[in-house]
Amino acid sequence: MAQDRNHSLAYVRTDMVQDEPAPINSKGPIAWVRQNLFATIPDTILSIAAILLLFYIIPPMFRFLITDAVWTGENREACIVPGAGACWAFVDAKFSQFMYGRYPVEERWRVDLTAILLIAGTVPLAIPSVPYKKWNTIFVLVIFPILAFILLTGRLGLESVETSLWGGLLVTLVVAIVGIVVSFPFGILLALGRRSKMPIIKMLSIIFIEFWRGVPLITVLFMSSVMLPFFLPDGVSFDKLLRALVGVTLFASAYMAEVIRGGLQAIPKGQYEAGDAMALTFWQSMRLIILPQALTLVIPGIVNTFIGLFKDTTLVLIIGIFDLLGIVQLNFTDANWASAKTPATGLIFAAFIYFIFCFGMSRYSMYMERRLDTGHKS
Amino acid sequence: MATENAVKEDAKSVDRSKMQVSDTDVAVEIDGMHKWYGDFHVLKDINLKVMRGERIVIAGPSGSGKSTMIRCINRLEEHQKGKIIVDGIELTNDLKKIDEVRREVGMVFQHFNLFPHLTILENCTLAPIWVRKTPKKEAEERAMHFLERVKIPEQAHKYPGQLSGGQQQRVAIARSLCMNPRIMLFDEPTSALDPEMIKEVLDTMVGLAEEGMTMLCVTHEMGFARQVANRVIFMDQGQIVEQNEPDEFFDNPQHERTKLFLSQILH
Repeated sequence: MAQDRNHSLAYVRTDMVQDEPAPINSKGPIAWVRQNLFATIPDTILSIAAILLLFYIIPPMFRFLITDAVWTGENREACIVPGAGACWAFVDAKFSQFMYGRYPVEERWRVDLTAILLIAGTVPLAIPSVPYKKWNTIFVLVIFPILAFILLTGRLGLESVETSLWGGLLVTLVVAIVGIVVSFPFGILLALGRRSKMPIIKMLSIIFIEFWRGVPLITVLFMSSVMLPFFLPDGVSFDKLLRALVGVTLFASAYMAEVIRGGLQAIPKGQYEAGDAMALTFWQSMRLIILPQALTLVIPGIVNTFIGLFKDTTLVLIIGIFDLLGIVQLNFTDANWASAKTPATGLIFAAFIYFIFCFGMSRYSMYMERRLDTGHKS
Repeated sequence: MATENAVKEDAKSVDRSKMQVSDTDVAVEIDGMHKWYGDFHVLKDINLKVMRGERIVIAGPSGSGKSTMIRCINRLEEHQKGKIIVDGIELTNDLKKIDEVRREVGMVFQHFNLFPHLTILENCTLAPIWVRKTPKKEAEERAMHFLERVKIPEQAHKYPGQLSGGQQQRVAIARSLCMNPRIMLFDEPTSALDPEMIKEVLDTMVGLAEEGMTMLCVTHEMGFARQVANRVIFMDQGQIVEQNEPDEFFDNPQHERTKLFLSQILH
């Protein structure tokens, strides 16, 4: 490093400094621990407290769920032994009920087939690099619903299965997926309606949104199952599950509309003007320019609504539809399996299933957010 | 204006051979037009006749209504009184007529207004494909042709957010040209640009003028006005105060307001 130092202001570097490795104490696991866990005294106290807490919680949890758990057994006898942990034998024995409800055993292949078709349709749709997105979308949004309807309810020569026999995860997924798929376009239309310059459309959208947002979902479900029949002419009746579906969907649409409206408001006026100046029609502008940007912006809010909807499906229990949580709870009363650990085990199982779906949606939405990020906003 | 001298220098190099102004073919006719925002009278008695091939520069202080006026020409703003006839079509509430006009009139905005979720190429092909129903392949070829003309074909597959301001504005010009417009409106196209990028955009606009495009430009680039405009319009308080050929306008302004304005900006 031959630097010619003198005391004048002029300075010219003669040798360029070469790259050197970073000091050893600035990287590696020890440096990480020091910087992130023990950087200051409060940090250190909090880190130690957190570690102690984990030591306190994890081992008993592990014992309850794994080592002390009862994995096999024919009935409650297996789970009432002293010191027994989770009664997984109960979940194992009731598993198919948790999945299908009281759907007739010899017809359950139809539910399985529907699930396979759903996975076969949505997985390639969710992976951006798989081609034929157009046909894939048509399959998922048009052909699959028709097939699912035929298979699940029993048409075209298949034996009819009343929706009152449906239950478990089947009902949870039917309510959640129909709610999500239908409330999304509804929400878009309502959001556009609320921002419309046409006063009547705007007014109707506002009334719709504010009404459904202002009423608890439980009230909606109660009204659909208890009050609606009073208003219908004698002899006319709708399927109970269908009524719940309509209620959940309208409810979710109102929330969705407000999330999407937030996205629409974030789009600069110049984007609308650029579309107008190019002679695009209103719907072309919306479809090609405004909505792709607005929806990308509010992916977290949209998925938040989806996740909320997914968990709200448990409320159908109060109108006598047995979704996953409902059917798990129902089985607590089975004298064959009554034990101190049965309810806890059942609820942990149900929570786990809900968590898998909600966490999956959350992760996928984060992936899409990153993928659709094209850098700067206009 | 910093760029004025530079542009003045090569003013002679501008090819005026194709800058023919038609005597009979009217591109835009504005007749006794008024506009209000609520109770605020923004535009007062605007009369303007633009012949095919004219290059018009509109200048004036901010708030004088110059942007509002050119935005009335493609109906981004609605006028309440008087007549606007563009390319033989009168602008009324008839949406079909408005779309007809917008198909023939390109616009370049101060803030570019490129679509950030689409690539440069998709920005350029969107309107031809959906409005003109051009086949995708043909639209892409045309887009590449115009991107070459504005000298950024290599950016075609990038997103607007990855480009500099000057590049974005040139894309915006190419995007307008892809619709094959008969008239181009420029709404302060260089005002949001870094000083170093103004020239590349002005050069593109000069190129357009040389090919005989009918242009209405709201701009503060007085060098550009002298170089390519055949008429400069000065607006103040929502009215046209003075208009003249550029040399006369700059060297011999008549109205007091014009003199004051020019003394403020040409220092």
